[in-house]
Amino acid sequence: MSDLSVANNTVTKAFDVEAIRRDFPILSQEINGKPLVYLDNGASAQKPQVVLDAMDSYYCEMHSNVHRGAHTLGDRATAAFEGAREVVRGFLNAPSTQEIIWTRGTTEAINLVANGLAPRLKAGDEILVSHMEHHANIVPWQMLAERTGAKVVPVQVTPEGELDLDSFNSLLTERTRILAITHVSNVLGTVNPIAPLIEQAKKRGVITLIDGAQAVPHFKPDVQALDCDFYVFSAHKLFGPTGIGVLYGRSQLLEEMPPYQGGGEMIERVSFERTTWNVLPYKFEAGTPAIAEAVGLAAAINYMDGLDRKAMEAAENALLVRANELVETVPGMEVIGTAKHKVPVMSFKIAGLHPSDIGTLLDQQGIAIRTGHHCAMPLMDFYGVPGTARASFAFYNTLEEVEKLFTGLQKIQRLFT
Amino acid sequence: MSASKQQFLDNPLGTKTTLEDVLDAFEFLDDWEDRYAYIIDLGKQLPGFPDDERVEENYVHGCQSQVWLIHHHDADSGKLFLLIDSDAMIVRGLAAIILVALNGKPARDLLATDIDELFEQLDLFRHISPTRGNGLRAMVGKIRDIAAADAAA
Repeated sequence: MSDLSVANNTVTKAFDVEAIRRDFPILSQEINGKPLVYLDNGASAQKPQVVLDAMDSYYCEMHSNVHRGAHTLGDRATAAFEGAREVVRGFLNAPSTQEIIWTRGTTEAINLVANGLAPRLKAGDEILVSHMEHHANIVPWQMLAERTGAKVVPVQVTPEGELDLDSFNSLLTERTRILAITHVSNVLGTVNPIAPLIEQAKKRGVITLIDGAQAVPHFKPDVQALDCDFYVFSAHKLFGPTGIGVLYGRSQLLEEMPPYQGGGEMIERVSFERTTWNVLPYKFEAGTPAIAEAVGLAAAINYMDGLDRKAMEAAENALLVRANELVETVPGMEVIGTAKHKVPVMSFKIAGLHPSDIGTLLDQQGIAIRTGHHCAMPLMDFYGVPGTARASFAFYNTLEEVEKLFTGLQKIQRLFT
Repeated sequence: MSASKQQFLDNPLGTKTTLEDVLDAFEFLDDWEDRYAYIIDLGKQLPGFPDDERVEENYVHGCQSQVWLIHHHDADSGKLFLLIDSDAMIVRGLAAIILVALNGKPARDLLATDIDELFEQLDLFRHISPTRGNGLRAMVGKIRDIAAADAAA
């Protein structure tokens, strides 16, 4: 315990969480008469003022449609929009902005890729996913499998919530065409060892897609170091706005893939005889894009870049360590997902309590968590639970808030006894 | 074994435990802990639910928890009797409040009862509002459908 408090003091010095909290206006409000304790960051994270300001000033000073080029506002909007693409490229360390496609979110990005890879698949081919995937990284592949006669094959997870590497090794075969796997589990918090998995897949010529939705709020991925073919995430989990997400794709594959939607922006020339596609990335961006949201996402990434990443990761880990220490103060509480390498996410159940009871009664105390199946029903089935309660932390959460969660759980338990 | 007529008639909610009892109790409950302890206690009054009635047609969709609902029209009294079950304690308690208001009434009276207003009065409206995915709204909708069919028969 004493070692921990020393570690915590160090963290506090390097990482002033109280100052950071002041950047997030929503965090200072009260819910049900109690200070808000927001522990549902895995579902959607809160936004710093700079994100709101960036979107506001975009609308106040430069809004216009992009890539039309006839007037000054259009130039400003285009510069802001394409500037945002460059910020995302830098965030992912992608080789080129041509490889950064705006989507509505992670889900649309995966659907886009699944659709685009259809011509490559035939009956008997296999798409390797894992048992810990979000439905968004299962269902688009099932739809693709239905169209092509391919098969979706899930890699098993261990009871601790780690990817079963033996299962992976035995399921990655000459039939495998696509590996679509999450970087971080939304339910368990497990950080998967994706680099070696990608490496093995690549040796067999397998196309790789990484679902980074739950990873990017906690660390920066490097798509060149990972050497994946696709990396996808949503802005709203990365402290940016809703309604926009990112698909990074290797240009060679993006070039080969057919467009996802037809319309304006994505064409080079339209005639009733023959229509040709615009160049990357516009080929995949039909219609007027979410311009203000792109600007907002860039502001969120810039904000994150202003934080001391190492200190942030240490602070987040301290939250998880503290939460793990306090589990024993709630009799009957069991953590689901005890992988060695985790982001600060804690799924749990409490004997005799339904997750929805836990959620309702924590809400009474101003504490927001997620309850339910977390869009990961196969994983719920694996653990034999109808759902879990999940506290998912962000860098703006405090050790005091972790303690409030557990005090809250103790109170709930007293109500039932 | 499916539910017998007696099981329906024995449901204390809405018969032995009345709406007045609940409204009186809420008067004296100041903080959330007391209120929810009382709601949980009410939920414990839900009578047992026959296992073989846990079938698709009795399942109330739209709930995080599992909710089951069956009814019985009592020809002697012309009243409608209900049994509800859930695996979540708060949902059981809120279902008990719904039963206290609706159970054992003629269908016409049941249809005239405004559950939203009652939940407003008890400061529980958030639980029944369309934004909460806990299925209480679906539960009330199903009860009203049953009552409407019963009244029309």
